Amino acid sequence: MTTSTAGARAGTKILEVADLSVSFVTESGNVSAVDHVTLDLAPGEIVGVVGESGCGKSVTAMSLAGLLPRSARVTGSVRLRGTELIGAPETSLRRVRGKEIAYIFQEPMTSLNPVLTVGRQIGEVLQVHERLSRKAVKARAIELLSLVGIPSAARRVDNYPHQLSGGMRQRVMIAMAVACNPTVLVADEPTTALDVTVQAGILEVLRDLRDRLGTSILIITHDLGVIADIADRVVVMYAGRVVERAPVTSLFARPQHQYTHGLLNASPTPGRHAGTDRLQEIPGLVPVLSKQPDACTFADRCPAASDTCRGSAPGLSALGSPDHLVACWHPVEAT
Amino acid sequence: MTNALEISDLVMHFGPVRAVDGVSLTIPRGGVTALVGESGSGKSTVGKCVVRLLKPTSGTVRIGGVDVTSLTRRQLRPHRSTVSIVFQDPAGSLDPRMLVGDVVAEPLRLSSSRISRAERQRRVDESLGQVGLRSEVARRYPHELSGGQRQRVSIARALISKPSLLIADEPTSALDVSVQASVLNLLADLQRDIGFACLFITHNLSAVEYLADEIAVMYLGQLMEKGTRSQIFSGPAHPYTQALLAAAPVADPVAQRARTPVLLGDDLPSALDPPSGCRFRTRCPLAFDKCATEVPPHVKIGNGEAACHLVQADGTRPDVRAGVKQ
Repeated sequence: MTTSTAGARAGTKILEVADLSVSFVTESGNVSAVDHVTLDLAPGEIVGVVGESGCGKSVTAMSLAGLLPRSARVTGSVRLRGTELIGAPETSLRRVRGKEIAYIFQEPMTSLNPVLTVGRQIGEVLQVHERLSRKAVKARAIELLSLVGIPSAARRVDNYPHQLSGGMRQRVMIAMAVACNPTVLVADEPTTALDVTVQAGILEVLRDLRDRLGTSILIITHDLGVIADIADRVVVMYAGRVVERAPVTSLFARPQHQYTHGLLNASPTPGRHAGTDRLQEIPGLVPVLSKQPDACTFADRCPAASDTCRGSAPGLSALGSPDHLVACWHPVEAT
Repeated sequence: MTNALEISDLVMHFGPVRAVDGVSLTIPRGGVTALVGESGSGKSTVGKCVVRLLKPTSGTVRIGGVDVTSLTRRQLRPHRSTVSIVFQDPAGSLDPRMLVGDVVAEPLRLSSSRISRAERQRRVDESLGQVGLRSEVARRYPHELSGGQRQRVSIARALISKPSLLIADEPTSALDVSVQASVLNLLADLQRDIGFACLFITHNLSAVEYLADEIAVMYLGQLMEKGTRSQIFSGPAHPYTQALLAAAPVADPVAQRARTPVLLGDDLPSALDPPSGCRFRTRCPLAFDKCATEVPPHVKIGNGEAACHLVQADGTRPDVRAGVKQ
């Protein structure tokens, strides 16, 4: 049903996304947000999806468990342990959400209900999926709060969200997400609203969950530093497409797509700009596309663009090592 | 020669909230100082006191030698053109019903000097040109522009009155990485060409590395450490500065994973009831008895200073990693 490459490796993958495309019908016409995205996730693996606003990374994440609004047209395939989720009935998706695929969003304050205690909110998912007794729910909630590193969990369980700091709230969100021991945890910009000192702690919790529970994590971020810290493999997205996919060390050491290369040089990094007094810029803007063209969508901003780039879309292919894929007609020379 | 900005012992309390509690800072003419700290440290409040959007509880603010701390609105008017501010969110700081040209021209319209229409038009074009926007943009509305372009409009508005001091309050935090790079480059270029002094307020230490001459690190209303850029980046003295630098991930997986993590815990103490002694002691891995009882003095080291009991004038400094449980 899906592509042959995805089928051949099905045994080792928990989640397989193949040729996922999403478009929205809006008042001002059609908008193509995601175009033929293919990615996968092995058990206990942390995969990072990186890109700027509007590149489709969040839409990709939301479409995995069917969280997009009705105005979204989704095609392609999302398979969880071989079961197809795209087009699955709402009743079976409800059994997947929270139990198999759980989400953490960027802003914990808007994702938490301000009038319920955090214990009640963590308990909700347990009542829905596990049908535990009230007492057992509370005990499990306390256990989960200490799992995510909240001190004096037995007392914190009766707190309301406003009584907690931003980092604590995000830990509560993580506790809710892992309550049913999900197979896949999707973390959409989990640390963007937090300070760096707090961010370090949250990333530590995510790593710890992977190590202890074997959860597979898909982390969506615009921050290359976060990716460098936590991801095993990286998917770089631009204007709805995957432009590069590689193991983390390979991507940072030998970025092959011109966009990845530019993004790395544009990020201020302590120590890296010691000698220079300028950051490299990427001219222009991320385009909003009504239809995906048969061309490289980065061509207009690319220093190496040629007529080929404007005339046909490059496919993902391996250049050096077989697990480093790039969709570029003029990849950056390996150095 | 007078300094562009002199803040001494600035205190700003909002009722019981002690947002800024004794901050002293000097920026020479044409100098760039970064004020770095986490959310809730009071860094933006310092900026607002400098442009007198807030009236400080006590302490003094001198801009170009003039004490503006307690001037009335009317008395402030002539000084308004010497200091400008750029805010974090360009969408929120530009009036959506005004044309970009009018937004940029407003500081001139409000200034006491009479300027002809033609001259105003010329200055708007010039100012837009400086920030890399075409003069046609003047006839557009802010919503027609991208985030990066809007931030350029804010910068053009801030610079049209030819200020000697620019307060940049997180000017790139709402922008994407590639756009952030171009706005930072623009600010650096303008600063070098025009020579205004700049107080660059940010939570992102890495964004200031190639822009700032000096860096001041703020925590819970007070300065923890001050120093030149190279001093702060290569030899931070205060445990908080060290922790802040250690927490910012570097975009290099090999180097990043080889670093010793320094985890401070999530809870920034409340500014309603800040800790006694050193304010950082509740999160400091190296805190000992004296930290709770005595406020550490600002010890001079090199060209800077740090407020920590473990820092000594001879250059002895603590290593925060020593206090981290492995």
